[in-house]
Amino acid sequence: MKPLHWLALAALAVLLPWLPGLPLFWVSLACQIGISAIIATGLVVLTGVAGMTSFAQASLMGIGAYATAVLSTNYGLSPWLGLPAALMASLVVALAMGAVTLRLSGHYLALGTIAWSVSLYYLYANLDILGRNDGISGIPPLSIAGWRLIDIRASAVVIGLGLVGAMLTTRHLLDSRWGRAMRALRGGAVAAASVGVELGQARMLAFVYAAVLAGFAGWLFAHLQRAVNPTPFGLVAGIQYLLMAVVGGAAHLPGALLGAILVVLVNNALQDWLPHLVGPGVNAETVVFGLALVLMLQAAPTGLWPLLARKSKPRHHDVTAAALPRTLMPAQGGVALQAINLQRRFGGLVAVADLSFTLYQGELLGLIGPNGAGKSTSFNLLSGVTQPNHGRVELGGRDMTGSSPQDMARCGIARSFQHAKLVQSLTVIENVALGTHLRGAASPVAAVLRRDRAEEARIFAEAAIQLERCGLADLADASATELALGQQRIVEIARALAAGPSVLLLDEPAAGLRHAEKQALAALLRQLRAEGMAILLVEHDMEFVMSLADRLVVMDFGTVIAEGRPQDVRRNPAVIEAYLGGVA
Amino acid sequence: MSLLDAQNISVAYRGVRAVEGVSIAVQQGEIASVIGPNGAGKTSLLAALMGLIPSQGRVMFDGHDISHLPTEARVERGLALVPESRDLFATMTVRENLMLGAYRHRGEGAAKRRNGMEEAFDLFPRLRERAEQLAGTLSGGERQMLAMGRALMGRPRLLMLDEPSLGLAPLIVRDIFRTIATLREKGVSVLLVEQNARAALALSTHASVLENGSVTLAGDSAALAADQRVTELYLGAAH
Amino acid sequence: MMDTSTLLALVQDGVVNGAIYALLALALVLVFAVTRTIFIPVGEIVSFAALTYAGLDGKTTPPVLALTMGLGLVAFLRGAVKARGRALMILALETLGLPATVTAIVMAVVPMQLGIVANAAIAILCVAPLAPLLYRIAFAPLAEASVLVLLIASVGAHLALSGLGLLVFGPEGARGDAFSDAVLEMGPIILPGQAIWVLAATLATMIGLWAFFRFTLAGAALRATAINRRGARLVGIATDQAGLHAFWLAGLIAAVSGVLIAPLTTIYYDGGFLIGLKGFVAAIVGGLVSYPLAALAAIAVGILESFAAFQASAFKEVIVFAGIIPVLLWRSLRHVSVEDEE
Repeated sequence: MKPLHWLALAALAVLLPWLPGLPLFWVSLACQIGISAIIATGLVVLTGVAGMTSFAQASLMGIGAYATAVLSTNYGLSPWLGLPAALMASLVVALAMGAVTLRLSGHYLALGTIAWSVSLYYLYANLDILGRNDGISGIPPLSIAGWRLIDIRASAVVIGLGLVGAMLTTRHLLDSRWGRAMRALRGGAVAAASVGVELGQARMLAFVYAAVLAGFAGWLFAHLQRAVNPTPFGLVAGIQYLLMAVVGGAAHLPGALLGAILVVLVNNALQDWLPHLVGPGVNAETVVFGLALVLMLQAAPTGLWPLLARKSKPRHHDVTAAALPRTLMPAQGGVALQAINLQRRFGGLVAVADLSFTLYQGELLGLIGPNGAGKSTSFNLLSGVTQPNHGRVELGGRDMTGSSPQDMARCGIARSFQHAKLVQSLTVIENVALGTHLRGAASPVAAVLRRDRAEEARIFAEAAIQLERCGLADLADASATELALGQQRIVEIARALAAGPSVLLLDEPAAGLRHAEKQALAALLRQLRAEGMAILLVEHDMEFVMSLADRLVVMDFGTVIAEGRPQDVRRNPAVIEAYLGGVA
Repeated sequence: MSLLDAQNISVAYRGVRAVEGVSIAVQQGEIASVIGPNGAGKTSLLAALMGLIPSQGRVMFDGHDISHLPTEARVERGLALVPESRDLFATMTVRENLMLGAYRHRGEGAAKRRNGMEEAFDLFPRLRERAEQLAGTLSGGERQMLAMGRALMGRPRLLMLDEPSLGLAPLIVRDIFRTIATLREKGVSVLLVEQNARAALALSTHASVLENGSVTLAGDSAALAADQRVTELYLGAAH
Repeated sequence: MMDTSTLLALVQDGVVNGAIYALLALALVLVFAVTRTIFIPVGEIVSFAALTYAGLDGKTTPPVLALTMGLGLVAFLRGAVKARGRALMILALETLGLPATVTAIVMAVVPMQLGIVANAAIAILCVAPLAPLLYRIAFAPLAEASVLVLLIASVGAHLALSGLGLLVFGPEGARGDAFSDAVLEMGPIILPGQAIWVLAATLATMIGLWAFFRFTLAGAALRATAINRRGARLVGIATDQAGLHAFWLAGLIAAVSGVLIAPLTTIYYDGGFLIGLKGFVAAIVGGLVSYPLAALAAIAVGILESFAAFQASAFKEVIVFAGIIPVLLWRSLRHVSVEDEE
């Protein structure tokens, strides 16, 4: 959406509530929808984008609501001062919760949020300062220059503007280097780590951002209702917000609003009609919502928005800016990467028994061997994904044993993966831009405030250059999922190059490529080698690797069985035996 | 009539075809082999024949169309697969793994199951020594023996083996291949998928060469063994 | 300061409650290991069984039977979309025939007033089938989905079932008759009969489960499915059948727990949720895979809860549930991985 569209939305939020003849009840429903949609927007970032599920958003909303309620009643502070307090309180609580919870993976995290939700609920219901089960009443309404916004239509304007603001900042955040990092958490975490993304930071960012939006919604809620009690901040409410995101389509920003509208309206209709059907005193809407959630997951796991909306046009990026400054390549012929007696066991299985070799700057070294020889494990050892049981990894003479993939990336290693790990929700060029993560500096706050545009332009110019080099310039705006597997591997090379490395580890880059594509890839690798890049190549296509490599290291049973020039290696009896097998 | 007759099998993964229009047949009582380099689609082909992954094409087994049956129903009919990943029950004992191999004969008495177990132990004496050990603590070769033993406990009509030599020391590979040869004498048909081309061709009657998801060569194993193109496939063309 | 007798009473209370959490933890571990579903509605099964047991007065038919038959019908319709021939027959038998048979038996037996043990059996019979029916409706169609999606579906099922609970049982709580009024005195320890029943039944259930897993082929098939799904399919085990069996066992265990807890405390339609969550805390300590660890942790949760209730009753739940967080943390630190999550 263009800035003009956002302005139009804001104008709509200001004007719509005053439409003559609009029943006030509808306005109050709209207020509910707006507040819910803000929380659901946070869930889009947390669940849809970053792949983490939280049942605790209602409880985090309570933090914001209680913060402003206590300050404006007990201490008589202006509700406007309650806003930073509410945001701050939810931020601090989220940081604390995140610090102990976010290391959890997948369903453990979701269970953790259930535990938080139940704990916070009982805390709200039992703390004297929060009014225990009765809560806090007599909260003042918002006021502007002495005008108290008691009219629900005035509140609707504030809430509407708040929602537009929340969606705008979310859009900004998602379109930044941090947005790419968060998207990578879903399905591309290992790849993101290999270009230096600190996964923990990205997870925390998503969690805190969603919590702050929930706190913001809580602040709006407290001054709209002018009373708070624990009920709307319990687990059931938390489930409802998640339902909104799932129904609308958790991966899509408009889905949050769509989901909020549907759930609030259906809830309202159910509360009107169900008592007539099943008698009073029965909260049958929970039955309907529970079933709806289950059925949604079975019938439309991606939510309604993708079904309703046309397939959105891929984001297009301007690539005319100056690219990022080039990184300096170490001197040709110097020692780049050294493996010294590396060993790695998995349980009783020895994947790598003893691996030693040296890779020089400006050299292309082929690592070959039959299936199961330990090549992929070796790659993981060299790039910090797996730690060796024995032995050392040295990079430019520096001992890097035990370093994380992020540290390896910082020191100039970049790699591709045997099973291409592209982020499916990003376009091709955005996947390549993810590679520049360490070369950018914009903070999440800068991203939200749109202060990162100049840097972003340079990042995309850089990504475009690398794509061009790899021959995929015309696919820049395609979705990563549309590519053939062979092309996905090439995008991985472009992503690795975008990190500005001096050592490149490539895991079967030629697999799945057609003949002409292989030749183009070979030309690219020769050019990189001429520039001084150190390249380690695992490859099964013998013709490809034999014609390209300066030297070969042949592995079998986790050890090096031969090493030398390609023409010598292919005559080596041990190598022939390893590949074709002995006759039983 | 062939025991297994798979026609025009295709497997697509994320829009990319891993196997494209492959037809393959196994006669009753023979060993047939599929050879080819890494990534040629061998494992996907077996998974498709076993119903583990969705695929197109028609799979006839013993004259019946089993294309739409789930894996367990194919097992019921006498098809068995020893996958490359072995898929043992790691925290169960060797004996329990073997016992579960006979799951499709669960209606039979315990005595018959014990007989089957003795046969498996005779075939792989190492397993008898390890009977009460957990499968997860076995060495690579023993795991392969257990995986084969477990599959044989179901008394399959066709045994499909995916890279039985993978990652194993040459001496153990020799033992495994000897065992496969004895299976034929017992009337079990075998489909052997191997990258160890020489051993596979020496053992089988018919063979197919799989490259980039398609069969590029097929025919008599002895003839293929002499074919220059097979060598090139593995070590690259000479320059 | 608390004196020894208070201390002993608290520990004893904790162990008795902990035993029930242990049963639930076993059910949860079982269901998760076989189907990867975190079975949140286990709590509803507990409260429905407790309320059904407490409501048996020798005259009225248990109202929960309407729910069992209703869910059966839904499960039938859900399954009939796909099933044909023999499979449809089996489906009809299990989803329509079985609940109808249970109803007929219960309606015949209730007026006989056969006593407390028979009442317990009736309550278990009425409620346990809810678990496999839920599996057919909510979880089997999602068998290939991620753990996270299954968890969200599970929360949805919990919500729906608890709403139905209110409809069926009303908002009032109930307390069941104790199985025995006897009191066993051993020095400073005074064990009421119900506590002995709980401990004995827990022990019996655990031994029964152990024997089932250890000595029967069906038990071994369940374990095999839990260890390696693909391996299980390759030996001919139908994994959806295994899932159904796991849910059956979980339903039975949860219903037994409900009947056991009914005389100990007043149970409301939604009270099982918190009880179930405590079972979770324990199950998670066991990493959702280890039965012995989970059972031990359940006892610890019971004792923690009973001390928390004594020292700071208002914050009892906060203490117990906040207690799960360090446990989760410990679990995830023990298993460090950078695997991609989907």
